[in-house]
Amino acid sequence: MADILLDVTGLKIEATAYPPGEPPQDITIVEDVSFQVEKGKVLGLIGESGAGKSTIGLSAMAYGRGGVRITGGVININGRDIRVEGTGGLRKLRGAEVTYVAQSAAAAFNPAKRLMEQIVEATLAHGRHSRKEAESRAVELFGKLGLPEPETFGSRFPHQVSGGQLQRAMTALALCPEPDLVVFDEPTTALDVTTQIDVLAAIKEAIRDTGVAALYITHDLAVVAQVSDHIMVLRHGKMVEYGDTDQIINRPAMDYTQALVSVRSTDHEEKTPSPQPILTVEGVTARYKNAPADVLRNVNVEIHPGQTLAVVGESGSGKSTLARVITGLLPPSAGKTVFDGRTLPPSLPERTKEELRELQMIYQMADVAMNPRQTIRTIIGRPLEFYFGLRGAEKTRRIQELLDEIELGDGYIDRYPAELSGGQKQRVCIARALAAKPKLIICDEVTSALDPLVADGILKLLLDLQKREDVAYLFITHDLATVKAIADSIAVMFQGEVVRYGPKSQVLSPPFDDYTDLLLSSVPEMRLGWLEDVIENRKMESAGN
Amino acid sequence: MRNIPISALIGLFFTGLYFLGAIFAQLIAPYGVAEVVGDVWEPSSAKFWLGTDNIGRDLLSRMIFGGQTTIFIAASATLLSFTTGSILGFTAAVTGGWVDQALSRFIDLIISLPTLIFALVVLSVMPVTVFVLIVLMGLLDSTRVFRLARAVAVDINVMDYVEAARLRGEKTAWIIFREILPNALSPLVAEMGLRFIFMVLFVSTLSFLGLGIQPPAADWGGIVKENKDGIVYGIPAALVPAIAIATLAISVNLVADWILNRTTSLKGGRGG
Amino acid sequence: MHPILKLVAQRVALSLLLLSAASALIFIGTNILPGDVAQSILGQSATPEALANLRRVLGLNEPAITRYFDWLFGALQGDLGTAQTNGRDIAESLSKRLTNTLFLAFWAAIVSVPLAILLGLLAVRYKDRWPDKLISGATLASISIPEFLIGYVLMFYLGVQLRWFPSVAAIRDGMSLGDKLEVIALPVMVLTLVVLAHMMRMTRAAILNVMQSAYIETAELKGLSGLQIIWRHAFPNAIAPIVNVVMLNLAYLVVGVVVVEVVFIYPGMGQYLVDHVSKRDIPVVQACGLIFAAVYIGLNLIADLVSILANPRLRHPK
Repeated sequence: MADILLDVTGLKIEATAYPPGEPPQDITIVEDVSFQVEKGKVLGLIGESGAGKSTIGLSAMAYGRGGVRITGGVININGRDIRVEGTGGLRKLRGAEVTYVAQSAAAAFNPAKRLMEQIVEATLAHGRHSRKEAESRAVELFGKLGLPEPETFGSRFPHQVSGGQLQRAMTALALCPEPDLVVFDEPTTALDVTTQIDVLAAIKEAIRDTGVAALYITHDLAVVAQVSDHIMVLRHGKMVEYGDTDQIINRPAMDYTQALVSVRSTDHEEKTPSPQPILTVEGVTARYKNAPADVLRNVNVEIHPGQTLAVVGESGSGKSTLARVITGLLPPSAGKTVFDGRTLPPSLPERTKEELRELQMIYQMADVAMNPRQTIRTIIGRPLEFYFGLRGAEKTRRIQELLDEIELGDGYIDRYPAELSGGQKQRVCIARALAAKPKLIICDEVTSALDPLVADGILKLLLDLQKREDVAYLFITHDLATVKAIADSIAVMFQGEVVRYGPKSQVLSPPFDDYTDLLLSSVPEMRLGWLEDVIENRKMESAGN
Repeated sequence: MRNIPISALIGLFFTGLYFLGAIFAQLIAPYGVAEVVGDVWEPSSAKFWLGTDNIGRDLLSRMIFGGQTTIFIAASATLLSFTTGSILGFTAAVTGGWVDQALSRFIDLIISLPTLIFALVVLSVMPVTVFVLIVLMGLLDSTRVFRLARAVAVDINVMDYVEAARLRGEKTAWIIFREILPNALSPLVAEMGLRFIFMVLFVSTLSFLGLGIQPPAADWGGIVKENKDGIVYGIPAALVPAIAIATLAISVNLVADWILNRTTSLKGGRGG
Repeated sequence: MHPILKLVAQRVALSLLLLSAASALIFIGTNILPGDVAQSILGQSATPEALANLRRVLGLNEPAITRYFDWLFGALQGDLGTAQTNGRDIAESLSKRLTNTLFLAFWAAIVSVPLAILLGLLAVRYKDRWPDKLISGATLASISIPEFLIGYVLMFYLGVQLRWFPSVAAIRDGMSLGDKLEVIALPVMVLTLVVLAHMMRMTRAAILNVMQSAYIETAELKGLSGLQIIWRHAFPNAIAPIVNVVMLNLAYLVVGVVVVEVVFIYPGMGQYLVDHVSKRDIPVVQACGLIFAAVYIGLNLIADLVSILANPRLRHPK
C-alpha cells in the first residue's frame, strides 16, 4: 500500500440546532464515515445538498463552521491525530499542511487587500519561504493556472478580476505554501459552464504538476469523475458507496449511485412542428431603462403548440430578458410578439385577462415565487377564482385534481410553502401555472436550484403534463443536459442574440458555429477522460486555425 | 403561540398593567390630580404611598394621571405616525417613479434636522396644546416609519410572487393588501413598539423642558420638572417617573423583541 | 477626474444643498405659522398703530423671500440678528455658549468613543456569553430612560448623597481646566451613558458583520493567530463602519446636549435655545436651529466621506 496521507475512521460530526420556541437540540450531521487519501491522489466527495460533504472536507483541517463540532472518530494526517492537537498545533496544520479552496472566491478574498498579499500570507506566516521565494512561486502558479499577465496579476484587488480568474487565484493561494493536501469545496459550481471547464482543467493540471493530494467536493458526479482517483458518495451524512472512479462511474453497486450516474440521461423524442405556431417572436430588440446597450438584438423564434422551445445561454446572454419581453414586463424597443395569431400588446397593463391567462410563468426560485403567508389552497386557488370564478367546493375539487396531477398528496392543501421540500415547492408552482389552463408556460431555469435527482423528477413531470394537457413550454436554461431531455427546438443565445436556432436534432449536430461548439463541448460528460479529450480537441482546433 | 418566552410574558404583563392603569386612572387614583392634600414633599406613608409633591399633592395620584396623559399622547402620536408613514411608504414603494423620488427626498430633508431641534423650532411659534403635540410628534416621527415601510415594501415588491400576481393581472389594491402587507406587518408591528417608547421619551422630554403638557395637568416629564428642585435637598420625588418610564419602555421593548423574533423564525417569515 | 473625487464633490455639494434647504425649512417653519413676531413681542393688547410701526422697524412688511435671503446672507457673514427679548447681538451671545457646548460635547466624546469601541469589542469577543448579555441588558436599560432622568438619578446619588461631584455645572471664565472638568463631570457622565449604548450596539454589529465574512474564515484556515486575523483582515474592513457609527452618535450627542444642559444649568447653546423657545424669541430660535442643523449635517457628511474613502472598490477602480 502506498503512503497514506489522510486517514479518517468513524468520523462523527454534530451541530446544535436552535428551533424557534424550543430548547436547542444536538443533531448529527455526519456519522460513521471512514476514508483514506494517499499522497498525490484525489478523493472526490459527492452528494446532494445536506449530504455533509463540505463538513467532512473541513474536518480534514479540524474546522467546524458555526456550531459544528467533530465529536467522534480519528483523523490522522501524516500519522498524527489532529483531533488531539491544541490550538497551536492546528494553526501549524492549517494553511501549511492542509489548505482550502472555497466555493465563492469572491467572498473568500479580503476586499481591502491586494491578491499577492493574501496569496503569500500563509506561506510567510508559517515561515515556509521568504517573501521573495513565495512571490516568485505565486507568479509561477499564476502562469500554470492560465491567469493573464502573471507578473503583475498579484498587484490587483479582488474586485478588479473576473469570477473565473478569482477562483484560479484561490487555487494559487491554496497551492502556494506547498501543502500536502488541498480541500476543494465546489470550486467551479458558481461559474458559467464554459468558464468551469477552463478552471477545472487548470486545477487538474496544477494538482498533477505539484503532486499534491486533494479532497474534491462537488454535487456534480460528471465533474468529480474528471479529477479524482477515488470517489465517495454521501447521502444524509452517511457513506453510500466508496470506490475508485472507474468502478463508481461504470459499475456502481448501490441504487442511489446508479441513479446519480444515470441522471440527465433522460431523452425525449423530438416532435415535428405544426403549421401554425402558438407564439412567434419577431425581430425583438430590448433595452433596460438607463442601460447603455441593448440586452436583446433582433430576436426571432417560434414555439409550436404542445412543444418545447429551449432557450439556452450563459449568464448575461439575455435569455431571461426574452421572457420579460414576452410576458410584457419589459416592452421591446422594436419588434413584436404574436400569440395564437394575435399580436400581443407590448406592455402588461394593456393585455386582457384572457391573454394573461393563456401565458403562465414558472420561476427558478420556488421559495420566493410563492407568498410565504398564503397556504397552498390560496396559491393554487387564486388563479381558479380569478380566471374562472370558481368558488367553494368546486374550487377545492379542482385544487385536489391539480395536486394529484403534480403527484402531491391530499394532506398538502392547507400547508404553507415553508413546510414543503424544494422539489415539492416547484411542483406547487407548476400546479399554479396549470390552474390557469394556459397554452404556453414560460419556465425560467426551473430546475437549476434543485439537486440533480429532484430536477430529473421535475423534468419528467413537465414532459408528462405536456402530453396530457398539450401545453407548450418556453424553457430557459443554462444547462445543455436539461435541453436534451426536454426540447423539441432550441435557440442558443449569446450576448443578446440568437446565434443558432432550429429543431433539436439540427441544432445539436455538426457543423457548429464557434459558440455552440464551445458550449456543447463544455458540458461535463459522465465518462472518464472526457476533460482530456475536450482540452485535446481544443488544442487541435487552435493549432488548425 | 403556545411557547411565549418568559421575558415576553413579563413584558406583556407590565405593558398591560400600565395601559389598564391609564384607562382607569379616574377610578384608581386615590386623590384628584390637582388636589392639595398634604404638606410639601411629605415622605411616603400609608396615606400617601409615594409621598407628596412640591405643593403637597399626592404623588401616586399625579403619577397615575400623568401616566394617562403620557400614554394617551404617545399612543395617539404613534398611531398617527404609523398611518401616515406606512401609507406614504407603501405608496412610494409600489408606485415608484417621481412620486417615490419626491417623497423620499422630502423625507431626507426632514430627517437632516435633529427631531428635538425641529420640534423646538416649531413649538417656538405654535401654541402648546395636546393636539399640537400629538400632530407635531406624529408627523415628525412618521418620517422614520416611512423609511422602514418603504424599505420593507421595496424588498417585498421585487419578490417573484409579487411579479406572479402582476402577471396574473391583479389590481394594485390586491398587491398591496394581499401580497405585500401580510409580509410587512410583523416588522412594522415590532417597530411600532419602538416608536411608542420613543414617543413616551419624546413627550416626557418636551414636558420636562416646559414645552409639553402645561400645569396643572400632570404627565411624567412634567412631574420631574415640578420636583427637580427637591433633588439638591435629597428628596427623590423627581426620580419616581424614571422608574415608571423605564419599566414601561423595557416591557414594550421585550414584547417588540419577541414579535420580531417570532417573525423571523415563523414558517416562511421574511427571514431577517 | 478620479471617480472618488467626483463622489466626494457630489456628497459635499449635496450636504450644502441640504443645509440650505434646512435653513429654508427653519425660516418657513417660524414664519408661516399663526401669529407674527410683532404680535408676539407686543402681546394681544397692542394697538394696531404700534403693531404696524414695529412691523416696519423689523422689516416684516418685506416679502418673506426677501427676508429669508437677508437672514441667510447675514448668517453667512456671522450676523445672526438681535434677540427680541433683550436686544443683544445673537452672534455675540452665541459664540460664548457655543464654545461651552462644544467643550462639553468634546469631553463626552473623548470618554465615550474609546469606551464604546472597547466594550463593543468585548461584546464580540464574548459573544452570547455573560459579558455580552450584561452589555446588551445595560444597553436596553439605558435607551429606555430619557436623558434628563439619567441626569437626575446621577445628580441625586453621586452629587447630593455621595457628594463626589458638584450637582450644578456652573462653569465660568477663568476657571482652570481641572476645575472645569470637575464641574462638568456629571453632565459628561450622562452624555456618555446616553450615547454609549447606541454606539456600542452598533460597533458590535459592525464588527460581527465583518467577523462573519468568508474572508475571515479564509484567514482562520490559513492558520493565522487571532490577533493577526483581527489586525490584518478584520480591522481594515471594520474601520469605515466604526467611524460611521461614531459620527452618527456624535450627531446624536449634539442633540442630547440640549437636555443635559438644562438639567445641570450649564450655560451652553441648548439651554439658550430652550430658554428662548419658551420666550418665543424667534430670531434666537432660528439662529440656534441653523447652527444645530449645520453641525448635524456636517457630522453626517464626515460619516459618508469616510465610507467613500475607505471603500477599496472606489479607491482602486477597474
